Amino acid sequence: MFEIGLAHYLTVAAILFTLGVFGIFLNRKNVIIIMMSIELILLSVNLNLVTFSSFLNDLVGQVFVMFILTVAAAEAAIGLAIVVVFFRNRGTIAVEEISQLKG
Amino acid sequence: MISALIFYMFAGLLVAAGVMVISARNPVHAVLFLIVCFFNAAGLFLLLGAEFLAMVLVVVYVGAVAVLFLFVVMLLDINLVELREGFLQYLPLGALVGLILLCELVVLFGGWHFAPNVEDIVQHQVPAAAAGISNTEALGRLLYTDYAYLFQASGLVLLVAMIGSIMLTHRRREGVRKQVIAQQVARNRSSVEVRKVPTGGGI
Repeated sequence: MFEIGLAHYLTVAAILFTLGVFGIFLNRKNVIIIMMSIELILLSVNLNLVTFSSFLNDLVGQVFVMFILTVAAAEAAIGLAIVVVFFRNRGTIAVEEISQLKG
Repeated sequence: MISALIFYMFAGLLVAAGVMVISARNPVHAVLFLIVCFFNAAGLFLLLGAEFLAMVLVVVYVGAVAVLFLFVVMLLDINLVELREGFLQYLPLGALVGLILLCELVVLFGGWHFAPNVEDIVQHQVPAAAAGISNTEALGRLLYTDYAYLFQASGLVLLVAMIGSIMLTHRRREGVRKQVIAQQVARNRSSVEVRKVPTGGGI
């Protein structure tokens, strides 16, 4: 209980990942909350990588976390830009309304 | 003992803030809880000995990404009531999927143990505390040597993202007079007409 090991950190990361997936299901309409759930998922993955890096004494995991952070930041910026453009054109960000590309 | 308590504090707050992110009524509150999440994750990173990443998480994520979310949430005039409709409609399905996923992950991680020859696979050892090399320095030594090309490529990803988001959100407005530098520079002698004006005659 008071000896914090690998399993503790992995459990926290697993709970966080599940919360992210659950959030996508729960907020089916709000794109912004869906993007925040994706951020939660990425955060849990980063936590996993740092945990293994720390317990294996291998620095490469932390390097990979840096690259994941970069890609996540780029993803958030582009996603939010798309949301802003969509809102400007349609006046809503409800996911159900995003059906113009349907054949 | 103390570090265990600190771990439980950070982990508990992280999970609680995560729950609030996905269940908050107001998106602004969700973003603020996301910031709490990032801070607690940074605390966990610190406990794991990754100081540099903890600071990057606070500076880049809280300082840039979360504030970007906050800007967008506040800029858009969203009808909250409409977006909340059918919130509980997907609760059973989502709970089922989440529960299955969580059980699988816990079973997977609970039975985790390292391979016996794991020390041979380790590529870049974390420097020992006695060596006097900080986490930031060790990470920099690795990042600017072995991973220099990947580092450049990630910079390129950020550049493309920047150009892309500017191109997406940039709006050309009609009826705005602007200075066209190219036209000004392209002017030459022949485009300027010089006339001799007689005194008192006018043109």
